[in-house]
Amino acid sequence: MTAILRLDDVHTDIGQYHVLHGVSFDVPEGGVHVLLGRNGAGKTTTLRTVMGLWRAKKGAIVFRHHDITAMKTPDIARLGIAYVPENMGIFGGLTVEENMRLAAATGTFDKDRLARIFSIFPAMEKFWTNQAYALSGGQKQMLAISRAIIEKRDLILIDEPTKGLAPSIIRNMIDAFREIGKETTILLVEQNFHFAKALGRGVGVIEDGRIVHKGQMADLAADADLQTRLLSLTAEAH
Amino acid sequence: MGINLDRIGGVYLLPVILALIAFVFIGQFSSWATLTVAGLSMGMMIFLMASGLSLIFGLMDVLNFGHSAFVSFGAFIAATVLAALGAWLAADSALLNMAALFAAIGAATAFGAVAGWAFERVIVKPVYKDHLRQILITMGALIVAEQLILAIWGGVPIQVQRPAILTGSIILGDVSIEIYRVFAFLLGLAVYAALYLVLNRTRLGLLIRAGVENREMVEALGFRIDRLFVGVFMAGSALAAMGGSMWAGYQGLITPAIGGELMILVFIVVIIGGLGSIQGSLLGAILVGLMANYVAFLAPKLSLASNMLLMMAILLWRPWGLKPAVKG
Repeated sequence: MTAILRLDDVHTDIGQYHVLHGVSFDVPEGGVHVLLGRNGAGKTTTLRTVMGLWRAKKGAIVFRHHDITAMKTPDIARLGIAYVPENMGIFGGLTVEENMRLAAATGTFDKDRLARIFSIFPAMEKFWTNQAYALSGGQKQMLAISRAIIEKRDLILIDEPTKGLAPSIIRNMIDAFREIGKETTILLVEQNFHFAKALGRGVGVIEDGRIVHKGQMADLAADADLQTRLLSLTAEAH
Repeated sequence: MGINLDRIGGVYLLPVILALIAFVFIGQFSSWATLTVAGLSMGMMIFLMASGLSLIFGLMDVLNFGHSAFVSFGAFIAATVLAALGAWLAADSALLNMAALFAAIGAATAFGAVAGWAFERVIVKPVYKDHLRQILITMGALIVAEQLILAIWGGVPIQVQRPAILTGSIILGDVSIEIYRVFAFLLGLAVYAALYLVLNRTRLGLLIRAGVENREMVEALGFRIDRLFVGVFMAGSALAAMGGSMWAGYQGLITPAIGGELMILVFIVVIIGGLGSIQGSLLGAILVGLMANYVAFLAPKLSLASNMLLMMAILLWRPWGLKPAVKG
């Protein structure tokens, strides 16, 4: 299968710390692909390096046929990559509509697309004119994802979307991501294995800034020993 | 039963409360009204100077202590243009009077924009993300600017002419209101309205407001925020120069220290208004203008100290200022 995104021996430093030690993996086109790992393993750094928010000091990042390793963040975004950071990156002083309008390339909305977003996340229509800071955590996450899909993107990078969310909202998120994954490739960074298992087609596990496992999610989900070894999951968590 | 202040105006009530308290102390309506108009017009001129600094702080996280250099240059350029157009200022024609004034304001504002562009590219850009170096280099630039003004215009205070149509006062009963102050107030209000419309009704304004909150996310949405920085810096510098040009006419006599003297008030306004907020700057500027005039009448020696106390009181109550830009 064609890779939409390829990381080859990527090294990234944050200040004096060497965080990524040669990360290499491919993200095939289509569906949801998951990067799993413990806290501090390098998941967020990987996504931020892809977006150009932190610079790779060595290695190559290729999106489609573009070498984006040294490109500036806005240029990377314009190639068709959307980013939903761990803190969601919502503009709290702007309304829901203004947050979305900013992400729409021309500043106007495609009505069909907007209707589809409202069908996935009805709360966005309900709170359309409300200032975003007043939304709940789950609603802010919905807004962050809605903003990422208000335009057709080829790839969406999403950093721990379930963090701090209630189980009922996480279940809604699973349905939403399945729907979004039909038209766009998603690279999802997660710690919540149940969420990742429900969605992921391909999976990579990162530890100490290195990819220690690559494969199909179905295989990892079926192998309790592997999960324990890679992710330190308890029997109960399986 | 408690009163929800936000439902009846919230922090926007503060100038009204301040004016009412001042009325009790002043006791005489005509003096109070004259001081209130003077305070409002002074506030509007300080708003012009402070609004740009607030946006530069909020959007770019840049501590620009050189901002007052634009105020000084604005005042001196306006004074020079007004002196050159002295015949128009004194003419018995409102059109010529106003043409001279707008030529002076326009020249100062245009200079502020161009100088702001050069200042950002040469002085500020190399020190983004380094507050200590920002303070040192922009303070150094301020000193250089003051020396340049001394070299060009000399150290002798310069008299600034006002247009004939804006001299004198309007008398309403016992209340005397200087026409220039009314003009300054109206000009400030017009600039505020224009800024408000740009920030709230245009895509550029949307980008600026978003950038004030989260620059990184604006870039991740595909926008080159460095270009936005330059534009905002130019606009902020132009507004400071415009404020300086108006202040020159208001004072009637200017010295090279004009910017440095005003800078304290401008920083107080930005801090109590809240970083990155135009509404906050307006509110802070009006409070500072009113406070300065009331206290100058009641206890002249405490005029500046009163605004310092106002800032301390507001920061104890609202550490992020009265109307800070929402972050996250």
